[in-house]
Amino acid sequence: MSGLGAGAVIVFVEHATGEPAPASLAALAVARGLADALGAPLEAVALGEGAVAAASALGAHGLGVVHVAHDDKGDAGRPFDTPALPGRLLAHLLVTNAPRALIAAATARGTETLAYAAALTNLPLAAACTQVSAADGEDPARALSVTRLRWGGSVLEEARLDGATVLLTVADGAGADGAVPAPPAGAPRIITLADEGGQPDTRVRLVERVASAAGGVSLAEARVVVGGGRGVGGPDAFGLLEELAALLGGTVGVSRVVTGAGWRPHSEQVGQTGTRISPDLYIACGISGAIQHIVGCRGARAILAINTDRDAPIMARATYAVVGDLHAVVPAIIAELRRRGATPGA
Amino acid sequence: MNILVCVKRVPATGGRVTLTGDGLAIDARFLSFTISPHEECAVEEAVRLVEASGGGTTTVLTLGAEAAADQLRDALAVGMTRAIHLVTDGEDWDPMATAAAIVGVVRADAAEGFDHDLVLFGNEAADSGDYQVPIRVAAALDRPWLTGVKGLDVEGTSVRARRDGTRGQEVYHVPLPAVLAVREGLNRPRYPSIPGRLRAKKVAIMATRPERQVGGPTMIRLRVPDEEDAQVHVLGTGAEAAPAVVDLLESLGLVNP
Ligand SMILES: Cc1cc2nc3c(=O)[nH]c(=O)nc-3n(C[C@H](O)[C@H](O)[C@H](O)COP(=O)(O)OP(=O)(O)OC[C@H]3O[C@@H](n4cnc5c(N)ncnc54)[C@H](O)[C@@H]3O)c2cc1C
Repeated sequence: MSGLGAGAVIVFVEHATGEPAPASLAALAVARGLADALGAPLEAVALGEGAVAAASALGAHGLGVVHVAHDDKGDAGRPFDTPALPGRLLAHLLVTNAPRALIAAATARGTETLAYAAALTNLPLAAACTQVSAADGEDPARALSVTRLRWGGSVLEEARLDGATVLLTVADGAGADGAVPAPPAGAPRIITLADEGGQPDTRVRLVERVASAAGGVSLAEARVVVGGGRGVGGPDAFGLLEELAALLGGTVGVSRVVTGAGWRPHSEQVGQTGTRISPDLYIACGISGAIQHIVGCRGARAILAINTDRDAPIMARATYAVVGDLHAVVPAIIAELRRRGATPGA
Repeated sequence: MNILVCVKRVPATGGRVTLTGDGLAIDARFLSFTISPHEECAVEEAVRLVEASGGGTTTVLTLGAEAAADQLRDALAVGMTRAIHLVTDGEDWDPMATAAAIVGVVRADAAEGFDHDLVLFGNEAADSGDYQVPIRVAAALDRPWLTGVKGLDVEGTSVRARRDGTRGQEVYHVPLPAVLAVREGLNRPRYPSIPGRLRAKKVAIMATRPERQVGGPTMIRLRVPDEEDAQVHVLGTGAEAAPAVVDLLESLGLVNP
């Protein structure tokens, strides 16, 4: 046990060579709320090249203790080139320190790392939590209450997480209710995490990185997305949506009906099993607004729906709407933009 | 090559979600059922890989209520060859209990000569989104694993698996036997043919009732998030709405007048 009293709440902090990731800092805020409620110490763990720098940076976030491993560049077992290694290191930390909770951001990496640590230690893991607190009327050393996302966030689940040590990942955008940032603790104590010994598991190895093709606006980061669904009617009419997107300096996104029919590639799909977008404006053309599509575009500042059906579910989610056939409306918008000589905004 | 694919029956909800009175499930009385798109891709990949390898078996497994046999038939209809049903009373099992039951199947199959070179999962179940059953199964079997897989090629006794990383695509070497969690976009699943449907009807589904292990977390209730009621502002009807749309684009600063 780390000290006497309650086991610590430990946060797995991802970092880009020494710079803590924003998602991890958000998870840290939620973890701090839990630690405060339980009267438990808050600690962090950082792995890989730059871990020590990340640990030092965490001092400014009120961390007094940070566990690190594999800080060395070019280390034979570079943690993230073998996906099993980070989870093994965290499993070892779980066994040796018996923390109250191990928390990470619900990123792809945070999730798989905690899932493997949980699997190796046979401990429960609640994924994509938005809230965590002591369970009402239960021993806080044995049970926590969590709220977590189901259906990509269309449905919330309230659940109980039993056990003296539990794992959880924190969903993107989770609020840290009432968590007051602690004063900077100065330089944190850095503890080097021992490997569990034995041969590292390097069966799965990263053998190549393929940089994403440069140029074009990325769907996840586009300021304007022009979306097309079944109402577009076939692959050819997407030329219209591309033209509108180009005039607005944006890009095209589509529904699953469109990718399933092979009209457009899956890389353009918006939704639960596609890409999450957060543009200033999402122009949804011929898209009904199924919940699995909506979870992908909830981050949009505004939605303009163009749909023949005034009662389509998308109308209840949209900020603006044009009721009509997209094959008439979109060309008219393009013509009007050209008539006014409009150029994409800065 | 032998491949096992795990799928989960879920309601195909549309534009709105309604919960049952006790708040423990989605009210599916008027809904059809499906599996996650990730899992559809896993099924498709298994069928293609075994076809290409020139022989072997493709087994589809589900843990769920009696009615989940429909989803097994759907997978058989697109070319899977065996089906295993771990029958439950319809309650949702937590990820630890689910993984333990699946591990039992992999071991029992191996004992009967069906050693699965690959166990494929969808990256996360459509409904519960637990993101851990594949990794728990891999850990229990001490097999290598990878999640988020969007491309894979079998090369002898290993696979080359691609996934999206933080900086572009990452390619991994994964020795077989392995456990992979795949994402939609891996391939474009075929639709079942009529002969496929007929063939699927004739396959005997192997059904057993597994022991449920204690695990976690325990669901207490579901809730639909309160969304502020967006008051939609209708800009107009048909092509005549175009000037109002461009006015809006200007006012949002998305185009310069
Ligand atoms: C587990 C799961 C995951 C899923 N993941 C995703 C996902 O990631 N992304 C996704 O998009 N879907 C996803 N889906 C599918 C989703 O449920 C819907 O089936 C899909 O989003 C519907 O696509 P759509 O809106 O294009 O088609 P439809 O629902 O058929 O809607 C077409 C709309 O176009 C309108 N329309 C028709 N003609 C015109 C016209 N000429 N002009 C203007 N409007 C017109 C109609 O009024 C209608 O509103 C998922 C489903 C499941 C079960």
